[in-house]
Amino acid sequence: MNKNDIQELIAKRAAQELKGRCVVNLGIGIPTLVAKFINDDNVFFHTENGLLGVSDVSEEDIDPNLVNAGKLPVGEAVGASYFNSADSFGMIRGAHVDVAILGVLQADQTGLIANWAVPGKNIMGVGGAMDLLVGAKKVIVTTTHTSKDGKSKILKECTYPITSTRSVDMIITELAVFEVMEGQLHCIELMPGVSMDEVREKTEADFISDVTVAGGNML
Amino acid sequence: MKVYSDAAEALQSVKSNQTIMVGGFGLVGAPLTLIDELTRKEIDGLTVISNNLGEKGKGLGILVNQKKIKKGIGSYFTSNRDVGDAYQKGELELELLPQGTLAESMRAGGAGLGGYYTKTGVGTDLAKGKEERVIDGITYVFEPAIKADVALIRAWKADTLGNLVYYKTAQNFNPLMATAADVVIAEVDEIVEAGELSPEEIVTPHLFVDGIIRAEKILTKDGVVSNEQK
Repeated sequence: MNKNDIQELIAKRAAQELKGRCVVNLGIGIPTLVAKFINDDNVFFHTENGLLGVSDVSEEDIDPNLVNAGKLPVGEAVGASYFNSADSFGMIRGAHVDVAILGVLQADQTGLIANWAVPGKNIMGVGGAMDLLVGAKKVIVTTTHTSKDGKSKILKECTYPITSTRSVDMIITELAVFEVMEGQLHCIELMPGVSMDEVREKTEADFISDVTVAGGNML
Repeated sequence: MKVYSDAAEALQSVKSNQTIMVGGFGLVGAPLTLIDELTRKEIDGLTVISNNLGEKGKGLGILVNQKKIKKGIGSYFTSNRDVGDAYQKGELELELLPQGTLAESMRAGGAGLGGYYTKTGVGTDLAKGKEERVIDGITYVFEPAIKADVALIRAWKADTLGNLVYYKTAQNFNPLMATAADVVIAEVDEIVEAGELSPEEIVTPHLFVDGIIRAEKILTKDGVVSNEQK
């Protein structure tokens, strides 16, 4: 699979988590792709720069003053509303946003994540990440399983500064889906064609396998 | 409230070593005409409060390269590499705040509050040294209000009294900054007579606004261009 296919696979799986009436905030990168796989009038996309009701936009309708948190052009869905940044983050901290889907640099086996700073590098952008972690009712991480140099992004412990003391609820990669339950990472699903051996080999973190094969044997 | 026709005149009261809020999320909703004037003004030692310090070589990014900024307070400095480079060289001080905290601190500053407690950032590097308080079993950190000497903001339309309305996601921090500075100058696409804006649509009432000026630099699909329909 090329990079694009991997990203779409992850985004498509994350889209399956959005059911029923919900307000969803999408982060930059793979999370932004999730909207492509949603065709449900009950899913409302929120962007922290001040819009509830984000939709796609065609090339000819691009408005330079209508963008998402990644500063990419977006459209206005039916029933959309605009608001200032304090109101927008009030919605987030005040637990009015149901689901946040975020990218990470690292996640650990208790569900803590690091996605805002790399020591010694010029990554000095926290944006809305810390607010979303403390405020969103459910937090889903979408990420490639390993970094560009092949190292596991799901670690025993994050080595970069953490984004919050709150654990995320779910981690979706191109290899597997994990849920965080009582501070422990559980692998609940393998992506098509992936073996548990491969997941174990590419994951530094300890996790519990809840994946069952036909016949009910724990892998 | 004064309607200016000249950006240099609008920024006459802006001086070295002041704290200046500048609206916008990247270039969207940034007062590009007033920023352009700042790049021409003999001024330095500024503390600039803005979500980003512009983009590389654009908007506030020019002021960074001119070394007119002593300190930046914002939430996302990653998008302009020059900011990180100036910081590493020790030429620029930076204070990073979560975006929601940046916004709320402005709201508090404008509303006469000394600060507030928030859950955001608790237990992270950004809350180090900040006072903690447990309320109903939840830990919060204290964040002081933010105020400025001057706010340079961007709105869509103003009337001649200084009432403002905003356009789509170009609103962002602008209405908050309008409340939290001693002097507020708004750059707008259009100035209409008082009474032409519906009272229900006004987001920033005129009591917050000290000056307005028509935008000469606007953001288009092709980047920042001069507004020629004068």
